[in-house]
Parts: sequence; structure tokens; C-alpha cells
Amino acid sequence: MKYSAWSLLRGALSAHRHWPVAWRDANPKPRYDVIIVGGGGHGLATAYYLAKNHRVTNVAVIERGWIGGGNTGRNTTIVRSNYLYPESARLYDFSLQLYEGLSQALNFNIMLSQRGLVLLAHSRHDLDAMSRWANAMRMNGIAAELLTREEVGALAPALDLSPRARLPVLGGFAQRRAGTARHDAVAWGYARAASALGVDIVQNCEVVDFIKESGRVVGVNTNRGRIRAERVGIAAAGHSSVLAKQAGFRLPVTSYALQAMVSEPVKPLLDTVILSPGTGAYVSQSDKGEIVMGAMLDLFPSYAQRGSFAVTQAIIAATLALFPSFSRLNLMRQWAGIVDVVHDSSPIIGPTPLANLYINCGWGTGGFKAIPVGGWTFAHVLATGHSHPLAEPFQLERFITGRLIDEAAASGIAH
Amino acid sequence: MMQIPCIHCGLRDENEFVCGGTSHIARPGLEQSDTSWGDYLFFRDNPKGLHLERWRHAYGCGQWFNLARNTHTHDILSVYAMTDSPPP
Repeated sequence: MKYSAWSLLRGALSAHRHWPVAWRDANPKPRYDVIIVGGGGHGLATAYYLAKNHRVTNVAVIERGWIGGGNTGRNTTIVRSNYLYPESARLYDFSLQLYEGLSQALNFNIMLSQRGLVLLAHSRHDLDAMSRWANAMRMNGIAAELLTREEVGALAPALDLSPRARLPVLGGFAQRRAGTARHDAVAWGYARAASALGVDIVQNCEVVDFIKESGRVVGVNTNRGRIRAERVGIAAAGHSSVLAKQAGFRLPVTSYALQAMVSEPVKPLLDTVILSPGTGAYVSQSDKGEIVMGAMLDLFPSYAQRGSFAVTQAIIAATLALFPSFSRLNLMRQWAGIVDVVHDSSPIIGPTPLANLYINCGWGTGGFKAIPVGGWTFAHVLATGHSHPLAEPFQLERFITGRLIDEAAASGIAH
Repeated sequence: MMQIPCIHCGLRDENEFVCGGTSHIARPGLEQSDTSWGDYLFFRDNPKGLHLERWRHAYGCGQWFNLARNTHTHDILSVYAMTDSPPP
């Protein structure tokens, strides 16, 4: 069913009893052309683009829990493309472009709000670094705007702009096209569109090992039985290493908990996204009015989806240094997702050491913004066996050849 | 918050420590291939479960030591000196 003003009107006249389920919760079939392990944003987007761009519809997305219940439901919903290197700029900006058209393409309102992202400079060195960063973005064809202290203040009046602030704001820069999107809607929008094209979405289905025949992967054994496939793709973020171990290889990945939290909802007071690379803090206000806060990783390997109180405290301290007026808000929820951090903070999208097995991982702390491009490029390699031009630099071999794309420094991520 | 038993100072809060990653990784010889070096530098077991790792009591005695810790439950199973071999 196509969602439209007309279908809404029809719903209003029929007490909204005509709405069908958005997507089919399928039982696994014994055989598929492609199996995608992981029903988060990246897995669901991959399935959708396999069906849409490549006409491969005999596809299953198998998910251990429920779709969108991992990092897709545990992020701060920020979308942006303010990267430094040309390879990353191309990749992430294509993602943002897909986000810009996604509500129309999926016929599902993903509530994209291009409210802009402002990065704060707290020192003269920060100002210099941001000029370089903004100029690099412009060289890559992505609009970026350097801001004075007054211009930052006009965009976010709640910031502590006094010269005696713990973290004085000297200026900053903005990417106006950046913003936020509704995380559940992204997962459900892709799921609904993929399901409509014939993709099976199988929940509560955990892979226990990979079926190999003469060195090639030919399917997976799951808690819901054996499923064979021509090709298998892994899109499991923080659990990539666990699946790789089952398949018999290692990845250059370490899993960490990345936490975020929201306050109680308050009236609108912050209509942009504020990022302070010096503290790692990023702060925005959700459409419901909650102040959404995130910052640094819990810097020790973890698969526990909760996050340490030591880091919760540090994130709140960093946020309050920027916005002293938030100090009387009550904290409502706190959560953590397990993120797949690689040494250069750039993704891996392509083949693995095993034939027929492909992987999309390494997005680390920034997977949500990359869901459309992750799905687009991963679908390309799963359908054709060749890397998409955007994904060519982001292969596993770079950790052997040394051709890293070291966005860890370039994007100013504090972790 | 985890409580970590520093080998010198005893039980302290997690935020006094920094984690130095996986322990007992052998450095390959200079004549080894790029594959061995890439493996040594970047590729990790990253287990969900028991992990042998190095920690430093940064805001205490400043000393390094090893922990055997479960990455899923955060239970600490043993603590041992830098030069000790891993527990069986």
C-alpha cells in the first residue's frame, strides 16, 4: 500500500482500520540467492538496493534479534558528510544525497531534518584546523561555512559564549546540509520497501556457523535451520568479529561500547546539531524535545550494550560545560551500542578471505549516517562480485598494503 | 563502573585506568611479509568473552599489568604481571 495524503484521508474515514502491516515477518526458506546477516540499517538497505538496483529479489535478511534493534536504534541520529579525504567525502556525501531523497524513494517519512551541524573551535589551533577542514570539504565539492563566535551564538544561543567559559567558543564551522533523521523510520522504511520487492526479513534467527564447501561459503546454519545461498553478506557492526571467527578469519576490528543519552523533553531551544571536537561531545534536540547527548567511546573492548558510568559522567560533564543551563534537566534514558572500530576509522565494504562471503563493517562510531551508501555499495558487490567505485578504496587489503584512509584524525573524532 | 584490581594498589574505580588493548601479541621479525606485519599491527581476535588485555593504572601507581576479563559481562577473572605468562 502506498502511503499518501489520500490513504491518510481514507484512514480518517474508516477509523484507521485499513492499514496493513508495513513488512512481512518471514520464515526462512531453504535457499536464497543472497543472505544478509544482520537486520540493522545497513543490512536492510543492502537488501532494498539488491532488489531495486540489481533486480536480485530472492534475498533474506536474517537478524538475531529484531530489526533495527542494534546500533540502528542506539545512535544519536546525526547525518553529515564533513570528512577530509576525497575518498571519504565522496562516500559520505553520496550517503547524504541518498538521505535527501529517501522519504520519497521509500514512500516512508524518515523525518530528515537538515538543521545543520556546527563544530565548535575552542582555541586558535582549533580555528586553524577548522579552516583547513572546511577548505578540504570545499575542495571536495561539499559546502562548508566558517563561522565567527557571534554567528555560532546566533545559531545556538544556549551555548556558554562568555570568554570565561570552561570551553570558550572562538568560532566554528557549519555544514548546513547536515542534520538528523528518525532512526526507526530508516530501518522500517528500508524494511517495508525491501519486503514489498520480495525480500524475506527473518527475525530471531541467529547464525551459528557458515556452511563451507571446497573453501567456498554456500550458506549458513542458524537456530532456525540450514539456509543455503549463492552469496552471503555480513552487516553486523560490533559483532562482525564474532561472525568472522565462525567463518574462520580475523578482522582489523575492535568492538567498543558507544553510549548516548537523552534528557526529559523540554520546549524547543536548540535547532541545530552542536559538536565540540575538543571534548567529543555532540548535542542536539530531538523532535520530541529531548536533549540528545553523546561523546567518547568507553575505551576498552566490550560487547555489553550498556556503557560505563564513568563515561556517562564524562559525557554529561562535557555537555554541561557547553550548555550550563542544561544542568537542571533530568536524564531520562541512557544506552550503548557495540561499534566496530578499525584503525583508520574508515569502513570495509567488500570481499573477505572466503569466496562468496562479503562484509560491510568498520563504520565504528558513524554507521547511521552511512546506512544508504553502505547498502548501495554492499548491494553492488553482492550482486556483481565487483566493488562499487565508491567502495574501491575501502577494502580489507588496505590493512596489508598500508593504504589506510585515516579519518580518525581527519574528521576530528575525539575517539 | 568496573572496579579493577591493580596489581600494586588493589581495587580501584575504572576511570583511574587506561586500557592498552590485547596482551601477548608477538612482534614479527623484520624479514616477515607485509601480510604478517599487517596481521600484527591491525588484525585482532576481538573475542566476545574471555580477553587477555593490558591496563595501566594511569591515575595511581602508573604501572602496567594484565587482566583476564570477559568482554561480554565485564567480569574480571584474574590479574597478573606484565612479564607473567597468560593464565591456563
